Amino acid sequence: MIQANNISLNYGGVSALKDISFQVERGEIFGLIGPDGAGKTTLFRILTTLLLADSGTAIVDGLDVVRDYKVIRTRVGYMPGRFSLYQDLTVEENLSFFATVFGTTIEENYHLIKDIYQQIEPFKNRRAGKLSGGMKQKLALSCALIHKPAVLFLDEPTTGVDPVSRKEFWEMLKRLKLQGITILVSTPYMDEASLCDRIAFIQKGKILTIDPPEKIIADFPYKVFAVEADNNYKILKQLRQSESVRSVFSFGDSLHVVFKDVSKIEKEQINAELKEIAPTIEDCFMALANN
Amino acid sequence: MKQFIAFVRKEFNHILRDRRTILILLVMPIVQIILFGFAITTEVKDTPMAILDPSKDEATRQVTEQLAASRFFTLVSELRSTEEVEKAFQKGDVKLVVVFSDNFQSNLFHTGEAAVQIIADASDPNQASTFTNYASNIITTVYLDLASKTQIITGDIRPLRIIPEIKMLYNPQMKGAYSFVPGVMGLVLVLICTMMTSISIVREKEMGTMEVLLVSPVKPIYILLAKITPYFALSVINLTSILLLSVFVLGVPIKGSLSLLILFSLLFIFVGLTLGLLVSNIVKTQVAAMIFSGVVMMMPTLLLSGMIFPIDSMPKILQWISVIPPNRWYIEGVVKLMIQGVSAKFVLKEFVILGLMAVLLLAVSLKKFNVRLSK
Repeated sequence: MIQANNISLNYGGVSALKDISFQVERGEIFGLIGPDGAGKTTLFRILTTLLLADSGTAIVDGLDVVRDYKVIRTRVGYMPGRFSLYQDLTVEENLSFFATVFGTTIEENYHLIKDIYQQIEPFKNRRAGKLSGGMKQKLALSCALIHKPAVLFLDEPTTGVDPVSRKEFWEMLKRLKLQGITILVSTPYMDEASLCDRIAFIQKGKILTIDPPEKIIADFPYKVFAVEADNNYKILKQLRQSESVRSVFSFGDSLHVVFKDVSKIEKEQINAELKEIAPTIEDCFMALANN
Repeated sequence: MKQFIAFVRKEFNHILRDRRTILILLVMPIVQIILFGFAITTEVKDTPMAILDPSKDEATRQVTEQLAASRFFTLVSELRSTEEVEKAFQKGDVKLVVVFSDNFQSNLFHTGEAAVQIIADASDPNQASTFTNYASNIITTVYLDLASKTQIITGDIRPLRIIPEIKMLYNPQMKGAYSFVPGVMGLVLVLICTMMTSISIVREKEMGTMEVLLVSPVKPIYILLAKITPYFALSVINLTSILLLSVFVLGVPIKGSLSLLILFSLLFIFVGLTLGLLVSNIVKTQVAAMIFSGVVMMMPTLLLSGMIFPIDSMPKILQWISVIPPNRWYIEGVVKLMIQGVSAKFVLKEFVILGLMAVLLLAVSLKKFNVRLSK
């Protein structure tokens, strides 16, 4: 459904994307996971025909993003990272404007957006600028969906949205997937990665790995230990200097440690309890990003 | 077509919901017309004047009275010596001093010649030349009057002198408002059209909504035309208020065909709007759009359109450049239609030039419209 072949792009000498290739199957939720500045938005813009790559080709729904950009624009739904609707128009005005622009009506495709739009319909006369973050995202998704796109491009749809709304949002994506819509979604949140069918880790314009999230975790070659203590920072510094530690990162209240050789753990160095845990997606990303 | 209508409706909503901006847009032209019409005029009114009159006879008194009685001059002081003339100018009390010779009347009656000197403060040369003209006209009138009386009294026949008569065509009273109204009309209309159109397009770029619009099947020509439609409507309202003010408040007549004047103005408004489209292609932020259309473009519009400085008196190279600002042609056309009252065929040139400008600007804007984001 989406095919990117060796895409590279430079911004004034700085390389934003380096030789990116991947493929997204029909009806798949494909996640681009990576920190800010990794090149996710640039890649989205190339695939949505908004930017031209310096080299490489891309095909969306069987069409070339450069040559057939006009046709692609009728078939995809795009939700940019920044809230990009008209803040001074009401919820309903925004939706009906985008419906008309795409040559359809709200009534015609209401079934597609019903689940999402119903939640904001009580506020349909409110101006979009006065909506909460979660409601804005729902409206933006409704607008991106109103013309029944074959592919949905969602650039960081959950950034700045509260956890409850984020969860709801992903449930909506699952339902859209069932309707046969292919979804390419990017996020800086590692916990959302496991909700995708397949993910690509992206960092500094390079794809580190592409696999289903379960496989990435299963393939993680190391054992991960969690350390929980009152003086996390001191222990973190101590572990960073230790010869036997491969990597250590702070994860909320605890530290995740990977040792070079599990059999030689110098327990006496750490004045806290070590507990082996199942690796998370973030552990995998950190390990890959550091290699 | 449905797309286009939806787009236009959206643009109207944007404008109508921004109450403060729409108020500024509707009030600004009124304020500007009144300001330019009344305050900033080159019209000479109540110029402070002094006289130095050593002869103090019938003739000099008559000249002084005539000058003081006209609404162009106010007599503020009578000087006693030539030294005081310099001082009066330095203090800034007066702008004009009329100096009579000794024995003015007897010289006039006996030799047929009497000297009178008009000294003007020419720090504002335009104004100075205007009021010295007035003053010499008044003096000439008095002289002729006196001369005819002398002839009757003395029966003395002198050779007739030819006194050049300057007749002010179209604007006999040299009213400032006449020459300013077309210029201000053009200025106000082009300022609003260019600035607002460019800002409203650049705003979409800044807010990121352009990104969503581009990834949609909407045609660029629809985007551009939909953007200018509401500002066209707004400018029609402004044109109406400007014309009403000009006629009923400033007393400028519409001598030619009103419908032709309106048609010509609508064409000019369209040129201003397409100019805004062009600006929106060049700049990236709303602030830049405002500066570009409000400052960068206004300079040539003000200086080269003939609004302030007459085009005929410019150096040749500037005269060539002055064909570029659309305001030049608008002012020429409005002067012809409004003040001279000529028929349609005499403004054909201006119509054609503005029409070509509109087509060219629209074509360039469309060609330069970026269907993608710039890197």
